[in-house]
Amino acid sequence: MSNNDMLEKLSADFREAITIETDGNYDVIRVESDKLHSLCSSLKNNWKFNYLANLSATDFKDRFEVIYHIHSIPDNRKIAVKTVLDREKPSVMTVTDIWRTADWQEREAYDLMGIMFTGHPNLIRILLPYDFEGHPLRKDFVPN
Amino acid sequence: MVLKKDDEEVLAKNNIIVTTLEKVFNWGRAHSFWPLSYGCNCCPMEMMAAGAARFDIARYGYEVFRASPRQADLLVVAGPITLKMKPVVERVYAQMPEPKWVLAMGNCAISGGPFRDGYSILPGADALFDVDVYVPGCPTRPEALFHGMLELKKKVQGKA
Amino acid sequence: MIQTDNMTINVGPQHPSTHGGLHVEAVLNGEMIVDSKVHLGYVHRSVEKIAESRTYTQFIPYTSRLDYLATHLPTLGYCQAVEKMMGVEIPERAEYIRVIMAELSRIAAHMLFIGSTSIDLGATTGLIYCFRDRERIMDMFEMTSGQRLIASYMRFGGISDDLPEEFFPAIDSFLEDIPKMIKEYEDLLVGNEIMQYRLKGVGRLSAEDAIDYGISGPNLRATGVDYDIRKAEPYGIYDRFDFEVPIATNGDCWDRFILRFKEIVESGKIIRQALDQMPEGEIKGKVPRVIKPADGLEVYHRIESAKGELGYHIVSDGSDKPYRLHIRAPSFVNLMVLSMISKGGKFQDLIANIATLDPVLGESDR
Repeated sequence: MSNNDMLEKLSADFREAITIETDGNYDVIRVESDKLHSLCSSLKNNWKFNYLANLSATDFKDRFEVIYHIHSIPDNRKIAVKTVLDREKPSVMTVTDIWRTADWQEREAYDLMGIMFTGHPNLIRILLPYDFEGHPLRKDFVPN
Repeated sequence: MVLKKDDEEVLAKNNIIVTTLEKVFNWGRAHSFWPLSYGCNCCPMEMMAAGAARFDIARYGYEVFRASPRQADLLVVAGPITLKMKPVVERVYAQMPEPKWVLAMGNCAISGGPFRDGYSILPGADALFDVDVYVPGCPTRPEALFHGMLELKKKVQGKA
Repeated sequence: MIQTDNMTINVGPQHPSTHGGLHVEAVLNGEMIVDSKVHLGYVHRSVEKIAESRTYTQFIPYTSRLDYLATHLPTLGYCQAVEKMMGVEIPERAEYIRVIMAELSRIAAHMLFIGSTSIDLGATTGLIYCFRDRERIMDMFEMTSGQRLIASYMRFGGISDDLPEEFFPAIDSFLEDIPKMIKEYEDLLVGNEIMQYRLKGVGRLSAEDAIDYGISGPNLRATGVDYDIRKAEPYGIYDRFDFEVPIATNGDCWDRFILRFKEIVESGKIIRQALDQMPEGEIKGKVPRVIKPADGLEVYHRIESAKGELGYHIVSDGSDKPYRLHIRAPSFVNLMVLSMISKGGKFQDLIANIATLDPVLGESDR
């Protein structure tokens, strides 16, 4: 099932806050970080995108990017949502209230990349010791 | 009367064994290590295969894997020791009663292995305690684990 | 009434039944679990950071060390992800051999699941039987790649070596024996009243919760959701095979346990079809000597691993090393529901829940 009808409607709803592109495999919606939560809500509630497959963060030295790969199991289609965050203070609203799988995946992004997810119920480290200092997957991480 | 080496052999042929208590204890310990069920990673899979039907660790007498460190005397460090696991393995080692031995199984336990340049791995089990036998491999084959345990047996009996 | 207090005990990380370094902090009221917290990270080997300092080819051996029970499946996912970025064509013979290896890995992983679930519940014999049969698969892996457990057999563009002569009689006899093996496990474990009592009705997970928590693989299908990536979004040549996807409806430990028996049978069918359809030919396609995907390329490729959805998110910066490599591990996500399904149950059910969720801590912690 193609995404064209949905992308048209979302463009109309979110206007300049989003741009659509493709990476050859997924249609990617680039969204401003403050509109991410409402876009994801709309995808889940209006378009049956009920399965958040993957959440991963990348450190591009001048910015952070967080990408969400979301699937609709009933309609068998997929979409990716990307948002750009500030390098100094990366922060975005949590989507744990939309997909509960984001709980641990956001904790991992916080633990290894240092991205703050506002509103997360339990944003603590998950893979590293609780007293570890630093966020190792950042490009400027120096191990001690 | 002090026995010379040849005298011992002559007596043994006549079913008289002369030994020290130390040797008897070491003979018992070496033929029946009780390994601790510890390990996270690929190497413990080969340890489990060593305990299973084809390789059969029981023919050496080492099949009694104990869950509690207080009942075990051989710590097989199989797999890398991560930062989070370090206090756990130190505590487990401290809880084991003497005499105890450590066998480092696999490249990760010996030196950090393929993950050596990671930020969360210790450079080998000997950073934490004295290791008696190092068994290389990635993962260590069950036959190699047996070879390592037999070397440990020789060491415990003083024949290494 | 005697005044009682809740007791907190630690299950793991050194424990015979926690599948590696899993640590569950359980708060008990007598036998009943009031609450539990899962602590991960005891096997965190910083694989994603290491990937940034290895070339794409040098990272292939690390993939098998993620899910070390299903030897070839993580390697398949990684090779296909990079091949997607590079636009590489795979020869037909290599595709079929990849499917055979992948499905053998799935059978090996499920056999170990059956064995480890039975030993976690106390039935040691199950483990011995399953390891005995798993050794036949290890032999076949050793024949083809030289390694039993961690075989870096696949390469970008195909596989490293063709199948040797002695592989074919071995796999033919293995496929013939699968029904006998399944019958033996069923006689020992499925008809067993103790196993049924320990697993039926325990650790129920609803379909809605499962999808919301991102559960995938047999754990999701046990709740009644018909979703298998090999059918929903076929990768490689999986669309050429005729196989069924077993589904169950109750979402409890018993369904999660039984489903994997059926998946072994279906994997056997796929291997048989692959052997029959496999043509002669090349085993490696045209691939540049140095793998350098274009700058700015980003790919997310997912496969149906033995535990669920295994995904690779790779970002390239034009160099020969990945800029960012993120592994979406099914065991990491599957463990999220452990606290929820164990709550209110008995302490012994916690062990049954861990066993039937089938986590592999190597991939969960990376």
